[in-house]
Amino acid sequence: MDILELLKRSLVYLDGGMGTLLQSRGLKPGERPETWNLTHPQEITAIHRAYFEAGSHVVCANTFGANSLHFPGAELEPVVAAALANARAARAASAGEQEKFVALDIGPTGRLLKPYGDLDFEEAVAVFAQTVRLGVRYGADLIFIETMNDSYETKAALLAAKENSTLPVFVSNAYGEDGKLMTGASPAAMVAMLEGMGADAVGVNCSLGPRALAPVVEEYLRRASVPVLLKPNAGLPREEHGLAVYDVMPEEFAAETAALMEKGVRLAGGCCGTTPAYIAALVERTQDLAPRPVEKKGITCVSSYTHAVDFGDDPVLIGERINPTGKKRFKEALRTGDMDYVLTEGIRQQEAGVQVLDVNVGLPEIDEPAVLEETVCRLQAVVDLPLQIDTSDPAAMERALRRYNGKAMINSVNGKAESMEAVFLLARKYGGVVVALTLDEGGIPETAEGRLAIAERILRRAADYGISREDIVFDPLAMAVSAAPEAARVTLESLALIRDRLGCRTSLGVSNVSFGLPGREGVNAAFFALALGRGLSAAIMNPFSAAMLRTYHAYRTLLGLDENCAGYLAFAAQDVPETPAAAPAAAASPQQADASRSALQRAVVKGLKDQAAAATRSLLATAEPLDIVRQEIIPALDIVGKGFEDKTLYLPQLLMSAEAAKGAFEEIKAALSARQGGSAAKCPFVIATVQGDIHDIGKNIVKLLLENYGFAVTDLGRDVAPEAVVEAVQRLHAPLAGLSALMTTTVPAMEETIRQLRAGAPWCKVVVGGAVLTQEYADRIGADKYAKDAMETVRYAEEIAAPLEKT
Amino acid sequence: MVRVKTISLPPTDRGEVLRYAGCRRPGEADRALLESCLSELGDRLRGRVCWDVFPVTALAEGGLDLGFARTGSRDLGRRLAECRECVVFAATVGLEMDRLIARYGGVSPSRSLFFQAIGAERIEALCDSFCVQAAEALERQGRGVTPRFSPGYGDLPLELQTEIFRVLDCPRRIGLTLNESLLMSPSKSVTAVFGVTDRPGGGCAGAGCAACGNQACAYRE
Repeated sequence: MDILELLKRSLVYLDGGMGTLLQSRGLKPGERPETWNLTHPQEITAIHRAYFEAGSHVVCANTFGANSLHFPGAELEPVVAAALANARAARAASAGEQEKFVALDIGPTGRLLKPYGDLDFEEAVAVFAQTVRLGVRYGADLIFIETMNDSYETKAALLAAKENSTLPVFVSNAYGEDGKLMTGASPAAMVAMLEGMGADAVGVNCSLGPRALAPVVEEYLRRASVPVLLKPNAGLPREEHGLAVYDVMPEEFAAETAALMEKGVRLAGGCCGTTPAYIAALVERTQDLAPRPVEKKGITCVSSYTHAVDFGDDPVLIGERINPTGKKRFKEALRTGDMDYVLTEGIRQQEAGVQVLDVNVGLPEIDEPAVLEETVCRLQAVVDLPLQIDTSDPAAMERALRRYNGKAMINSVNGKAESMEAVFLLARKYGGVVVALTLDEGGIPETAEGRLAIAERILRRAADYGISREDIVFDPLAMAVSAAPEAARVTLESLALIRDRLGCRTSLGVSNVSFGLPGREGVNAAFFALALGRGLSAAIMNPFSAAMLRTYHAYRTLLGLDENCAGYLAFAAQDVPETPAAAPAAAASPQQADASRSALQRAVVKGLKDQAAAATRSLLATAEPLDIVRQEIIPALDIVGKGFEDKTLYLPQLLMSAEAAKGAFEEIKAALSARQGGSAAKCPFVIATVQGDIHDIGKNIVKLLLENYGFAVTDLGRDVAPEAVVEAVQRLHAPLAGLSALMTTTVPAMEETIRQLRAGAPWCKVVVGGAVLTQEYADRIGADKYAKDAMETVRYAEEIAAPLEKT
Repeated sequence: MVRVKTISLPPTDRGEVLRYAGCRRPGEADRALLESCLSELGDRLRGRVCWDVFPVTALAEGGLDLGFARTGSRDLGRRLAECRECVVFAATVGLEMDRLIARYGGVSPSRSLFFQAIGAERIEALCDSFCVQAAEALERQGRGVTPRFSPGYGDLPLELQTEIFRVLDCPRRIGLTLNESLLMSPSKSVTAVFGVTDRPGGGCAGAGCAACGNQACAYRE
């Protein structure tokens, strides 16, 4: 019988602690337990056997830390082979009559993944894949991924297991006292992601005793549609005679764990501090317990690396602003790789209150798969909202889904055979909630019944791929009423039909409905209200539209979804009046140009971003964009820069002024990109934090100031390989490169980067900076310039750029 | 045995944050920005510490054996001269701090700078809290402590980090990782050693700026 068959029929007992038992047998602190597979095979086998004797169905081979980071090169294979041989020997020797299985055990690598650590996601997948392949080769019955305290690493391990074996995979995470993983994920987020990717059982181990873990386990039981597993610690440790002693004894452990099995836990064992006696007590206590059936929960939800968002009666707002369609400034940002602009759109939408961000970077002249992947990675570093990945290119969709740290929304599939094939394959592999458009080869049906028929067909096809109905959200398509008078009515009818006949959730791109009409906001808001009344679960919308937000908050309050009207009251308190702001309009009149000119300088000097932008907007009515830069912004920055150099003002003030100037530049850029071919940038400047170093505050400050002074800065980010710096400098023929390093340990990487630049781009001047750098260091590694702060970098860059601009 | 503790962080020392941010004479705008950052931060930091106690043995050939590693550091040797034991600990305020710093990196570097400064103040405050608690517990046993000292201070090599991470199992205990350049993630984290003396007294607060030779440092107190 295979393990999944057993799991359908009965409770499954797992094993208990390994590390604590090995320590009591002489494993030294800091020594890798996996080395004992080779040096002490009898000890390891005896422990496994004792668990089988105690009643465990599944024993984890001693491979927790058996990965190529800990056992490089040829060291790994014998360790894994011996581990599985020991476990199998224990199984053969055990007299226990239960079904017995040997699991390949996979624990965390001990490294943090990018962007906050230095281990690349694909590198992590490759590390786990090696162990998985060895596990398969040496006869594991299943794969047990456990004690993971980071969602991204968990995803890498599960992906590696799925891509390199057909074995069942159980996944268990370690939660802290706050009920979250160390890197912030909630149980709901983990269940969503892991189930979506096809884990056969999910659950919780380590950290705490069974009673302290109960709230997390209960959340798993509420949300998971697959069996839930539990391997708690024997409570908390204390030290006695130099050894760890745990405070929950076998009987108490068994009673508390059994209580959770009564609530539905289907697989149970123990972690740190537990021994065969604990497992025996648990088996004894629960031998007559009838297993609770595992029920489908039918929850439609997406997740980020911190939390899940459910699609239910409470409508979900999906921000539509990360999309180049009809936005010149956004297109320019995509073409020039200005990722900060894209990230800012994400952060602003979150601040405006959306719960999910749509991400669309489709533009004919860019490499969409690469840009979409990068955008998703960069966004999920700074925004903790679930993402809706919006592309019609399956290759781009796959790259984005693969790197996405959670369960994404997939936008979109439609009723065409080709579309369903491509999208459902991806959804089955990576998980996700698929937005399904009710159109097919024949176009968009003109009736609600026609759209319902397509929806039904999509559901059937999804089921063929093992995708259940709660992972499909239908978009019955809002069309412009200006083109077809019946359009909105049919869409509204379709919403109600899909809700009532199929019981499925719905989503709409609301803004389309008003296309071609004046005063679109009001039309959109009215349509939104009507759609909500027909059960709309989610809207893709513009969160900067006050009318839409008013509708949303009013709807929630009116339907009792907003406890004590708290959401509405908070919104109303900061809701903006509908009349356009008076001050900028007044400043726009030509006779007040002088006043606003000084207003812009004042705003920059004082570091007032919004005022700087407003003053720039009004100046643009009468002045040339580049004149504003030369006559207003640069002089203001010089005042601040001089103050900084003279130590009359400090870094925060300098930065606030720089940000205000950036606000002004955004207006200038918008004005220039509205014209053809306009550009304010002067010479290219390539900037990076060197390989191995992940600090970038200093680099970001330098970048901001350089941009203020008009340099075309190409920011390669942090932990950048020397080759990548050389490539960028060559490609742009940049006369200047800036390198940053914080630690003495990364200065050699800086030196190597300079060496490669000298060989590959001898024309390029290299300026270096960072906490650890000194003039002496800079000289030693062959830099052209050591800049002690951002202003000094700017001054140097201007010095180099000046002769270049004259020619 | 390695022990783990979650420590609730003391109130933020705003003056200290402003110093880390480079504000010698903070203005109204600086203070407003600081308050706004603190309010965004709210209570989302968790202070986590793991530690263990090790024997200290002077080696005949010079240097120290700390039980889990040997070091020739004279600076550490001086600090542990009267100690037969030392406490090695790792502390972190967690990844949320890094996320906030990164969130505003490209959008508002001044905010990012303040979060960075808050993080610096928070991790120092966490270490101070932990050390004070440890000193109090030891004092009840009639023992005392020496100021804490970290790899990278003086002549104590950063390479000791590898040994500390191995013996404390920091990734699993407190979610703290070490990369190949010996940088820690989350970045607002500290590893340190302090000695345990045989008589009460002493304080294991950080030795502070006095212990550092860099007279030109902009942040020197």
